[in-house]
Amino acid sequence: MAIRRRSFLTGTAALGAGLLGGFPHIWIKDYSLARAAGGEIKVGVLFSITGTTAIIEESLNKATIMAIEEINAAGGINGMQINAVVEDPASDPATFAEKARKLVVGDKCVSVFGSYTSASRKAVLPVVEKRNNLYFYPTLYEGRECSKNVIYTGAVPNQQQDEFVPWLVEKFGKKFFLIGSNYIYPKEENNYCKKLLEKLGGEVVNEEYVPLGHSEFSSVINKIKSTAPNVIFSTVVGDSVVALHRQYRAAGLDPAKMPMASLTTSENEVAAMGGDAAAGHFTSAPYFMVHKSPENEKFVAAYKKRWGDDKVTHFVSEACYFQMYLFKQAVEKLAGSDITPDGIREAIKGQEYLAPQGKIHLDKENLHTWLWPKIAVAKSDGQFEVLKDSAEWKAPDPYAAYPNQKCTETGLKEA
Amino acid sequence: MEFLFEQFITGLSIGSILLIVALGLSIIYGSMGVINMAHGEFIMLGAYGAWALKAYAGISLFPSLIIIFIATALLGALIERGVIRYLYRRPIDTILATWGIGVMLQQLVRLTAGGELRYVEMPPSLAATVDIFGVDVSAYRVFIIIAGAALFAATWMLVNKTTIGMQLRAVVQDRSIATAFGINASTIYTGTFAYGAGLAGLAGALVAPLKSVSPEMGTGYVVDAFFVVVLGGVQSLFGTVASSVLLGQLSGVLAYWQNDTVAKALVLVGIVILIRFRPQGLFVTRVRT
Repeated sequence: MAIRRRSFLTGTAALGAGLLGGFPHIWIKDYSLARAAGGEIKVGVLFSITGTTAIIEESLNKATIMAIEEINAAGGINGMQINAVVEDPASDPATFAEKARKLVVGDKCVSVFGSYTSASRKAVLPVVEKRNNLYFYPTLYEGRECSKNVIYTGAVPNQQQDEFVPWLVEKFGKKFFLIGSNYIYPKEENNYCKKLLEKLGGEVVNEEYVPLGHSEFSSVINKIKSTAPNVIFSTVVGDSVVALHRQYRAAGLDPAKMPMASLTTSENEVAAMGGDAAAGHFTSAPYFMVHKSPENEKFVAAYKKRWGDDKVTHFVSEACYFQMYLFKQAVEKLAGSDITPDGIREAIKGQEYLAPQGKIHLDKENLHTWLWPKIAVAKSDGQFEVLKDSAEWKAPDPYAAYPNQKCTETGLKEA
Repeated sequence: MEFLFEQFITGLSIGSILLIVALGLSIIYGSMGVINMAHGEFIMLGAYGAWALKAYAGISLFPSLIIIFIATALLGALIERGVIRYLYRRPIDTILATWGIGVMLQQLVRLTAGGELRYVEMPPSLAATVDIFGVDVSAYRVFIIIAGAALFAATWMLVNKTTIGMQLRAVVQDRSIATAFGINASTIYTGTFAYGAGLAGLAGALVAPLKSVSPEMGTGYVVDAFFVVVLGGVQSLFGTVASSVLLGQLSGVLAYWQNDTVAKALVLVGIVILIRFRPQGLFVTRVRT
């Protein structure tokens, strides 16, 4: 009974929408539109509003919501509104999995947008793979993943490091001190960094990992002093970044001689540590708030207007924003009945979009994104200054550190 | 020699932060037997106080310390009067109630001040380093060490050399006999809780320039504080000092020898072993219960 009633409602609603839109043939093609029902497209939004990583995930939620609002205000996708089902996974991987299941199975969302940490992505992965759904993941991450159910719009190690590490060696020297939080992401990044250094004849004077959430860096700073590296290569995450920078500065170390080079310090962290502690340190990322492009000016202005003048945009929130537009472009190509995760995956392959960072492109093979890596230095006003912009977009290679493995359209290939 | 001294200073500055963070808890737990799970949130409120006073009223860190101490102490008094006092001698209920208060405070701050990390500026006069016997030490860390010692001294004097402190010790020894001698035990308890909360607020404001300020920051500190207090012996102020210095030096040395991850684990193992064989902690003050 319920099914028949729904089919009827869906049919009439779709017919109405179709007639209004003037393309009835697209809409009446199939009456069993369970997913793009009632002239709306259901998507899940899965960023933590509470818990430890809420600090950053709140901004990701905001960027995602803003993109959805923009698309809906401009008439939606082929006349259908995006209906966002927002869930709060509370910074807990198990809850991520549970909420993802709810979004995919219960709400029948065609795609889910979410996650900041690798731990939460790994928790959601089996859910979206089992149900063959799509998960849009905006964060830079460690690579070494080749899922057909995840659209990766953040940078992988080769995109952030290929230009950054040689640049650092040339400018400051060959002695690197690797410091990271104790989990998979920093270890994989450092793994790739060591490979690059090996080629460049560089040297790792120390490799050290601190517990997640660690905030006491006295001992680390002592070791930095005694090993006297040229560059401190930092993949410390979360509020530890803030503590590390502030204690570095309090200890009287000089960024001009021994800068920190980070893959994780964004405008968000700089705002929290204060410009004085951030000034002079380097970050490599595809996007900075100061990046000059009409698309970025529009993005930043809209973000501030929507969420407040003191808010900053950063390289993960930018990815949240443009991945929603990638989704839109993919769905636009589809007839109503094809708006399924499989259909969207096929349609999104090779999509290009003029994002705030530059024109990006979704790789057909590995579902990662071609991005525009930039090297920037933090300034005391809390913003970055872009020192080097890449000449062309950079292909993602999630297995860059593992030359005998390659992520292809059909899955992981061992050479 | 210089290296040893540098290592010693590192341990001392880790220890001084532990001491500042644990002192308020030690007073409340030690004298009232109340396990205050909201201790971390008082620390967090202190840090947010420092941020808010600077951001909205333009008051810099040093003058705001006084306001923060008074404000968090008042809040502590309010909570003692409103909730804790009905739960004395019901430890499980106290844990649940204070934990609930902690969650509420956390969410309250999140709703009003927002979830993002906040920034507390280091006083410019202490942003430099000082040279101590040829070792460059952060001036602010030296200040924290001095502040820790001063807060301990003030607390010790308050407990041991003033009439209020004597009354407190009397109530701790035997509440009914003390009351029979005309001591208003409930006022003493309110005052003690308020003082402990005020100390926690101060701790938050003091560590904020070195660390990050977020609604969840208290969780880490409350764990550290409990370790210090349990290791030191619940009713001994000197025990709190000794154990924070010991833990500071130990984590400093282990972190230098291995790394911070290993240091944290080994320190915890050490504490567990010690508690197994000496459940009363390192130092014991004899009391009748």
